[in-house]
Amino acid sequence: MPSLKDLKIRINSVKSTRKITKAMQMVAAAKLRRAQEAAEAARPYAERMNAVLANLARGANPDTAPRLLRGTGSDRVHLLIVATAERGLCGGFNSSIVRLARERIERLKAEGKQVKILTIGRKGREQLKREYADLFVGHVDLSGVKRIGYANAHEIAHDILARFEGGEFDVATLFYARFKSVISQVPTAQQLIPAVFEQDEAAANAPAVVYDYEPEEEAILADLLPRSVATQIFAGLLENAASEQGARMSAMDNATRNAGEMIDKLTIEYNRSRQAAITKELIEIISGAEAL
Amino acid sequence: MADKMQFDFVSPERRLVSAEVDRVAIPGMEGDLTALPNHAPLLTTLRPGVVRAYEGGSVMEYVVTGGFAEISPAGAQVLAEEAVPREEVTREWLDAAIKDAEEALAVSGEKARALAALRVNDLKALGGQLGL
Repeated sequence: MPSLKDLKIRINSVKSTRKITKAMQMVAAAKLRRAQEAAEAARPYAERMNAVLANLARGANPDTAPRLLRGTGSDRVHLLIVATAERGLCGGFNSSIVRLARERIERLKAEGKQVKILTIGRKGREQLKREYADLFVGHVDLSGVKRIGYANAHEIAHDILARFEGGEFDVATLFYARFKSVISQVPTAQQLIPAVFEQDEAAANAPAVVYDYEPEEEAILADLLPRSVATQIFAGLLENAASEQGARMSAMDNATRNAGEMIDKLTIEYNRSRQAAITKELIEIISGAEAL
Repeated sequence: MADKMQFDFVSPERRLVSAEVDRVAIPGMEGDLTALPNHAPLLTTLRPGVVRAYEGGSVMEYVVTGGFAEISPAGAQVLAEEAVPREEVTREWLDAAIKDAEEALAVSGEKARALAALRVNDLKALGGQLGL
């Protein structure tokens, strides 16, 4: 049975923990709003880009299309780009992305493919480095970046495209968490190279508008595909940032609630032992008086 | 001329302009062009230059470094990779863009060389155009 003093110390320590988690939750909530706005603001560009490219890709000649679209003709070497957060304390956010990536790595290895890993964000690197240190080809550090700009994504895309041109890999896949809501972030794997274009059915069945192209279609494709890689990475990073804050917010909300429950429990225990101590003292006094 | 066209100007980070305008001048890869309402569908990539949207007596000017434009009878959508309002463009910004382009030219392969060289020239010409 812990002494009264021990209990008091524990209650105070849990109380200060609760203050910290509460503050972190509020900070995450504010950041989440900003991250969400950024993700939404970037959507029109990405959607338009995707629609135009999907349209172009449908009409492209499979033999002469840029390699970014038709691939290298093999799928032997896979590059996995794993985007996670720079910081922890955000629930299962980082782990769930890493888990998805790990499953993919194991599957590709079982199929006899070669896997290369490029991480964005410190947490993912730490977790993957333990098992797959020999597969690492690079790491992008964004810890100094306060707000992710298109320039960051552009740089990453540039690096990846240079590797692709250098024949370092055949297929590139981006891993990140899509933001669904504050309580739900979906780890997602998105193939960047060769490019695939998701299209909802309505758009696919709609009669294609016949455009005039300036310069010709293939030149536009060749120009737009590298940009599209950057756009997709940018969109992924923004979604990731929103997801991270959402995950942190709900994790900290949970932590705050747990701390509250713990304080209640400890307070009851504290009061009980205080009562017991008083009763004990009273009994001692009374029995002492009776003995006289 | 009562006809108006919808003009959407989007950068990767946000939507810059969404408005009804009279006409839009776009620096297309194969030459400047002006889109009026009911323009035939056209898709063009952009070279570094100035996008101008005319509305009544006023004009919105943005300097772009690249991207593409989609023109349909209903309006024009310009997706710029980087866009800066004209009055905010500085010599330093332009120099940095030129330096980037020159670096890209230095490492570009056989096929991309012509395009990269064109880009450097366009950026340099842009400086003269803007009077910087």
